Amino acid sequence: MPADARPERIVVVGAGLAGLRGAEAIRAAGFRGSLTIVGNEPHRPYDRPPLSKHVLTGQVAADASQLPSSLGDDVTWRLSIGAETLDREARRLRLSNGETLPYDRLLIATGTRARPWIHADEAKLRNVFSIRSRDDAASLRATLAAKPKRVLVIGAGFIGCEVAAVCRELDLPVCLIDSSPSPLARALGHTIGAYIGEIHRGRGVDLRMGSEVAHLEHADGRATGARLKDGEVLSADVVVVALGAVRNTEWMTGSGLSADSGGVDCDDHGHVLDESGQPDRSIAAAGDVARFPHPLYGGRRVALEHWGHAVAQAEHAGRLLVGEDLPVPYAALPNFWSIQGDMVVKSAGLTDGADAVAIVQGDPADRRFVALYGRAGRCIAAVAVDSARWLPAYADKVASGAPFPPIDTATDRPLREPEIRDPGFA
Amino acid sequence: MADATLLKQVKDFANRANPYPIYARLRQNPVSLQDDGSPDGTWVAASHGAISSLLGDPRVSSQTLPPADRPRTGNPITDFLIKPIKDRITDHHRPFIFRDPPDHDALRAAVMNQFTRERVQGMRERSDRLVAELLDAKRDARRFDAVDDLAYPLPVTVICELFGVPREDEPQFHDWATQLATALEPDSLTDDDTRAKNSRTFDTIAEYMGSLIKDKRRHPKDDMLSGLANEATPTGVKMGDYDLIATSILMLVAGHETTVNLITNGLLTLLRHPDELEKLRADPARAPRVIEELLRYEPPVQFRTRTTLSPIDIAGVTIPEGADLVLLLAAGNRDANAFDDPERFDPDRKGTRHLGFGGSLHYCVGAPLARFEAEAALTALARRLKNPRLVEDPPPYRPGAALRGPEHLLVAIDGMA
Repeated sequence: MPADARPERIVVVGAGLAGLRGAEAIRAAGFRGSLTIVGNEPHRPYDRPPLSKHVLTGQVAADASQLPSSLGDDVTWRLSIGAETLDREARRLRLSNGETLPYDRLLIATGTRARPWIHADEAKLRNVFSIRSRDDAASLRATLAAKPKRVLVIGAGFIGCEVAAVCRELDLPVCLIDSSPSPLARALGHTIGAYIGEIHRGRGVDLRMGSEVAHLEHADGRATGARLKDGEVLSADVVVVALGAVRNTEWMTGSGLSADSGGVDCDDHGHVLDESGQPDRSIAAAGDVARFPHPLYGGRRVALEHWGHAVAQAEHAGRLLVGEDLPVPYAALPNFWSIQGDMVVKSAGLTDGADAVAIVQGDPADRRFVALYGRAGRCIAAVAVDSARWLPAYADKVASGAPFPPIDTATDRPLREPEIRDPGFA
Repeated sequence: MADATLLKQVKDFANRANPYPIYARLRQNPVSLQDDGSPDGTWVAASHGAISSLLGDPRVSSQTLPPADRPRTGNPITDFLIKPIKDRITDHHRPFIFRDPPDHDALRAAVMNQFTRERVQGMRERSDRLVAELLDAKRDARRFDAVDDLAYPLPVTVICELFGVPREDEPQFHDWATQLATALEPDSLTDDDTRAKNSRTFDTIAEYMGSLIKDKRRHPKDDMLSGLANEATPTGVKMGDYDLIATSILMLVAGHETTVNLITNGLLTLLRHPDELEKLRADPARAPRVIEELLRYEPPVQFRTRTTLSPIDIAGVTIPEGADLVLLLAAGNRDANAFDDPERFDPDRKGTRHLGFGGSLHYCVGAPLARFEAEAALTALARRLKNPRLVEDPPPYRPGAALRGPEHLLVAIDGMA
């Protein structure tokens, strides 16, 4: 059938947050045909943010984060099954159990998986964990509850910092290792990352920045520690690998779509693009896997691993597939939060390409502040550490591309001109 | 050109019973400069969007009080030695409703730390018993004043017990609180007579609180003042005496001057919408919806004042630096851009984001108390008042335009169940 005819069969690949919200939007937009959701985990969609926080402290059970849903019984769930290949010519999806699934419209929401440890044999050790799924979090929780003597967290991105903070909340000795000069340096730059590192250090995290793990030491199928590249050996009885995420796009190989390990490319409406850059109007993508041109960032294609973004983009993509006429390209301001112990880091906008940063409110010495990032004289991102209430005001500056540096006086910032610093991106 | 006298009309006592038509006219310009007699005028934000944005804007300060300036006494030692010190202390230790971060945050956190689950739950149960006692006392009456007989004594007793103010001392708080609450009325800040009275009242109440705090240090009890006087917060903050005095005065005044209006405005609104009163009687579980809608429809705090630290571009105008700003919460609550059919009292409306408790970092600390006190009072009134009728509509109002509510609310009844 042509792309503009009314669809009868819609398939959603990916049963995470974006897949669920996309499916709900498809139903909410009035689609009454057959709707199938394919997911490679055995569970109905659940919320992932608690997995690296309250699930690990034991305040929330791993299986308690099921997402509420407005979907009724008129949805076919194909769980524990992955997508293998995509035949866009025939509009068929081949599944990992050999079945084929025809579609009129397809929503791609396959998200990401945890980037595995560099040595596959060491990744299989019983006490080496990564956190992506509910089952990962449940087994790490059980291990942490048994009071290990020392936890080693490899990778000081958001997940690594959250896990390290959880360990301190549980009063467990923890060592956080990263080759960057400070935690979150890739996301926030070294200048702000250093402040966040100080907060973690103050809470008792053993920070090993600028260090790289060469190998995990092991005996009897269990890691006993890590050998650093400089030869030092750190003992540990739990290792958490938090090296970021890899996008699940392998199954699109051979489909002719423009997809690689960085995501699948979309146009500004959310339709996926083929290798010649033409949109396929029967397919949309949403969530972590979708790389789309963001109007706020000069049309540069970005793939965002943000919760709120997954919801908003999936709703947009769902309505798009049903044929709703959506006037504006999807353009919500990216935002993100991370709870690290009792510290809350929230951000609005993207720091990529920032050439300057300024503390515009609060004081890192008080462990509460707002940092504003600028590029070429415009505000491009704001990061609030334990100051979330102020973020909307700065998000407005980012959304409107207000001049940087700002010349405002704020309530707890009597200085009229903030100090402009190099954000410290490598 | 928009009418610049609207803020004057809001303050005019003649419009106290129904300021909403004036708010609607103010809302035609989300932010406007009003001529209220002050040299530079006062900027008024009246739309939901503008108010929400300004409540969370770091360029907007709550430090609106002019420097303390106690009246001279004629005694040179008092006037030239003691007065400047006292004025300076007052300026540096304002209640946190008039302060900005970071001091505001530390003081507020210390208070929040005392609002323990047990304490709040305990007062919730106590409220239900208090309401029952207060209504039992009027069991045989055929006329009932919702203010004197319930809406005033309930929150006052709750806040005094919570803070550990001895019951026998409570009556003196009545006049003190009424006087100090004028600090939230913009014109009082420029009126020398009111300012003189306020500073005298503040000194009197501060003296009382100072000795009460000493007593709480010597004989700590399980109340908030004992907790604030003796315990540090988890982040190690412990209030000094001057901040403790200012903070407890703030809590006690707020406890005296706000919830009373929520309960009274609540009963008044329900009596004007008898079907809603009947629905609440039939289903007390509706109370939380009714109360949230009341906070939107007739909020006890109609507006708050602020000042700007930097010029602010908003809604097509630029508020200059150092401007006086009124955030007209009650007008934002009836903004059609935020609420469908905003002039209708409708507890069943969905997704309300009313401004009845303000917003952002100065969001009402006592909101949970106000909610359960209003719930206790309104559900009991709906259940127990037999055939209630308004004796006077509109009822007589108290003077305040910011803290707005009836002075008395006389209700004729056929009895009390």
